[in-house]
Amino acid sequence: MTGPVTGPRTRAVVTGLGVLAPTGLGADEHWAATAAGRAAIGPIGRFDASTYPVRLAGEIGAFEPTDHLPSRLIPQTDRMTQLALVATEWALADAALTVDEGCDFDFGVVTSASAGGFEFGQRELQKLWTEGPGTVSAYMSFSWFYAVNTGQISIRHKLRGPASALVTDQAGGLDAVGHARRLVRDGTPAVITAGVDSSLCPMGLVSQLPSGQLSERRDPATAYRPFGLDATGGVIGEGGAVLIVEDADAAARRGAPRIYGEIVGYAATFDPPPGSGRECGLGRAAAQALAQADVLPDDIDVVFADAAGVPEADLAEAQALEKLFGPGGVPVTAPKSMTGRLGAGAGALDVATALLAMRAGVVPPTVNVGDPAPGYQLDLVTAARRLPIRTALVLARGRGGFNAAIVLRGGPQPHDDEAARDGDSGTAGTEERSGR
Amino acid sequence: MSQFTIDDLKRIMRECAGEDEGVDLDGDIGGVPFDQLGYDSLALLETAARVEREFRVSLPDGLVGDVDTPAAFVAFVNGRFLAQTG
Repeated sequence: MTGPVTGPRTRAVVTGLGVLAPTGLGADEHWAATAAGRAAIGPIGRFDASTYPVRLAGEIGAFEPTDHLPSRLIPQTDRMTQLALVATEWALADAALTVDEGCDFDFGVVTSASAGGFEFGQRELQKLWTEGPGTVSAYMSFSWFYAVNTGQISIRHKLRGPASALVTDQAGGLDAVGHARRLVRDGTPAVITAGVDSSLCPMGLVSQLPSGQLSERRDPATAYRPFGLDATGGVIGEGGAVLIVEDADAAARRGAPRIYGEIVGYAATFDPPPGSGRECGLGRAAAQALAQADVLPDDIDVVFADAAGVPEADLAEAQALEKLFGPGGVPVTAPKSMTGRLGAGAGALDVATALLAMRAGVVPPTVNVGDPAPGYQLDLVTAARRLPIRTALVLARGRGGFNAAIVLRGGPQPHDDEAARDGDSGTAGTEERSGR
Repeated sequence: MSQFTIDDLKRIMRECAGEDEGVDLDGDIGGVPFDQLGYDSLALLETAARVEREFRVSLPDGLVGDVDTPAAFVAFVNGRFLAQTG
């Protein structure tokens, strides 16, 4: 195996999760809804969308930022930052990780965003146009900036390690996890990794309409049908996840309560220019991530797909998977069919969901597919499937040609715990798997 | 006579910049530096902009930066009233 080796072969593991998604507040709530296939897509309630062609979204319902954050932070933060700050707190608590002044250089922060704080930005621009420049908030200077979540997380927790922000549209959540792994390998013991987005405001919606990738259907049950015969586009959503990525040895030394899993491979590619006739770069990203993880396609137990819900994009992804795994060669799922496409939040949430799926030994379903498109040759999981999951591949694509792939391996400890607690799941899973 | 009081300042700061955990603005805070109250330079700019609109007084950004406590802020605003009327 050749390739760049950055520093010692440090293992990067996930030790904490903070989830804020349409499917639930907190990892437990999210996983319960996701495993049960409870979709959270509905009519947009955050603003009057009745005059827009797109009227559905995956919204986080009962989240009141003032319940979770000091009032000092509310006037200076967009909703996407409020969500990220709260999810960060939950992730740190989950990892039982505390920052003290002596180790503030030991914590890195990597976040991804696809839009920035659009709701905040729109409000201030409206004030600029209607009431004049003197009324625009001083906090506008950073609150709608792409990198704001990295800054606010660093400031709130007084962190001084490596900090960065990645902007690769929907691929960003995975790119952030990949970069966190790189930082850990380069010697940063712990990295807070966030992919959280929210731009459910007129400006956020309108900016996505010209892509032609959003479904204009009004029925939440049929709007977003990834890999479905009558797919017409995706649905937007808000939220995402924060992951604590740590050096495995450092995590062991401090007695981290749990290891969700290890990030064993990551690769990112760009698509060729439109009209080149060459195939898209998604399959190449997946193959490179597998090679880097030193695993064969046969070792992958499940794929969390990008699942655009746009026929051409779904076909391209299905073909990439078929080329790598053979026809129907691996269970494929897209739990984002329950939340909508969360922008930079999607990849981070999929990684969290994949790690939770490993613990439970259950592949969560892709919902609302309708009739699967028969030409795609996919083993699409449309009902939760019991399966021992040791290794998972997570894929994401962003507009502009971004592709990213992550290979995850379940932590031995949770896997063994699960097997001990739920002794027959292995057998049932094996039966299911042999039938594919 | 003061046209702008420390209660005006507290109200506006609460509205536009919030209140930090563990800080009681209702206490005797006139001489407490803003950074100890949890307010950074942006919070002061935001506060100054609100005071300018509500009290129709001009508070140049460059001068606001030199004000370091609530009591000094109140004196600064009242001084600007005098400067404008004078």
